[in-house]
Amino acid sequence: MALTEQQQRAYVASQAADARLNVELQTEDMVLNIGPQHPATHGTLRVVARLDGEQVVWADVVCGYMHRGYEKLTEVRTYPQITTLVNRIDWLSSFANEVPFILAAEKLMEIEAPPRAQYIRTILFELARIANITLFIGTMGADLGAITPVFYAFRDRERILNQIEAVTGGRFHPNFDRIGGLKDDLPRGWIDETKNAMVRVREFCDELEELLMGNEIFQARTRGIGVIPSDIGLSYGLSGANIRASGIDWDLRRDQDLPLAWKDLDWKVWTHPDGDSFARFWVRLQETREASKMVDQMLDGLPAGSIQAKVPRIIKVPAGEAWVHTENPLGEMGYYVVSQGGLGPFRCKIRSASFNNVSVLPWLLRGAYVPDIITILASLYFILGDIDR
Amino acid sequence: MGVVEKGTFRKPALKPLTWLLNYSRKYSLWMYQWGLACCAIEMGAAMVSPRYDIMRLGVIPFPAGPRQADLICISGTVTDKMAPAVLRLYEQMPDPKYVISMGSCANCGGPYWDSYSVTKGVDQIIPVDVYIPGCPPRPEALLEGIVLLQQRIQSEDMADRWRGDPIVVG
Repeated sequence: MALTEQQQRAYVASQAADARLNVELQTEDMVLNIGPQHPATHGTLRVVARLDGEQVVWADVVCGYMHRGYEKLTEVRTYPQITTLVNRIDWLSSFANEVPFILAAEKLMEIEAPPRAQYIRTILFELARIANITLFIGTMGADLGAITPVFYAFRDRERILNQIEAVTGGRFHPNFDRIGGLKDDLPRGWIDETKNAMVRVREFCDELEELLMGNEIFQARTRGIGVIPSDIGLSYGLSGANIRASGIDWDLRRDQDLPLAWKDLDWKVWTHPDGDSFARFWVRLQETREASKMVDQMLDGLPAGSIQAKVPRIIKVPAGEAWVHTENPLGEMGYYVVSQGGLGPFRCKIRSASFNNVSVLPWLLRGAYVPDIITILASLYFILGDIDR
Repeated sequence: MGVVEKGTFRKPALKPLTWLLNYSRKYSLWMYQWGLACCAIEMGAAMVSPRYDIMRLGVIPFPAGPRQADLICISGTVTDKMAPAVLRLYEQMPDPKYVISMGSCANCGGPYWDSYSVTKGVDQIIPVDVYIPGCPPRPEALLEGIVLLQQRIQSEDMADRWRGDPIVVG
């Protein structure tokens, strides 16, 4: 594996320091095991790192502690039942998981949801994104030793969860998307409440921008740490904010034509040229603010009409294959559905973002120092259900 | 705990002492959080969100390790790969210890009742005191589970709990 310039420089500097002291510092290799239950891994990821003194010389990721067998379970469920299941893959943004699956089924059945349903889907999608990234902003601070952002994040996240709950009835797992539309329309007074909540989200972003990103210690611990060059990121299949922080302007919301509301909106894809931990944090913070503006636009331009297309009572999807992927909060998430005309799919391949995002860790951790492992893990931002499925 | 084994606390004069011991124990529960899946986020909301604030019930989250914990909250899906680690952590906790099983997955497998890799219920490997249903349960449900556990601790007879085979060291 190629070393980055920074990794090489750190190595040369450490060798030079030893030469100046006229000693040859040789330390025994030590294996450091992080996880499977460690607060910094946000669940049950296990990272095994071999250390030479304070530097990581080799690292590997052991996943599978949260493998629940989604792909096999989808084969024994019907299409409406699967939305319940796929909710729980990325549990922080559950609604965003349902949408690509439902779109794949609709693509096979050749129906399209009415415009109002498309808008409400996109609104809930972006609310899920805000709920997800708000927590990231908090936990990134916590992992670096600042406990305050977590309290702020959970406080403001409740406002988003309230809005999601008011529509869908579930704080976490809405299970609200249906083939051909949605379960229900928006409740009365929801639009104004959501607009108020969006104002609070933007205030939260401003607050954290000053509190955390302006903090000198935070910058010292994140700038230049865990640099992913764009070609390495692409070759490992990184997606989402992780690849946008490496300067690749790639966003599936803009780059493809889906029957969702993003194409009607005026918004911007944020990128950062640095590719370090700070850039990944910065991009996610900007995306949260952008998402709140998108929700405002969609609430203003919400079309009237029905929320459900005509579908048969018993849903049978015709034989065929469909691939739909969307830009989820963690990155690219897609479903490859193979149907043989039955009540449920014959096979369903799930591409989730976090699995590819953590696959870069063995490359990235090499040459890093021990305290930076936590920074790198936090800034890559994975969710265990999304890695192991 | 020699006094307990001799049955000193069973004398009527010492009943208030038992009450006091139980009362102190129930309001200083150190909870080792075992965040496994979706429920961990709701548990986190209960612990750090100002709206729920589990600490007002006397539960102290984030001990440094299982050796310092009285209570373990299994929140989320236990897979077969994870089950040995769960058991090992439970065994490291000092007695008396309590287990809260949070969410359908930890209770019985939940939506993964027919999955090949999920342990259907954490009670197959460790004894559970309080089950909290829901997928995931709301943070309020976790708070009620804590209150139920505290009622149980208050009415517990330590002599009964400690009677059994003597611990042999070496």
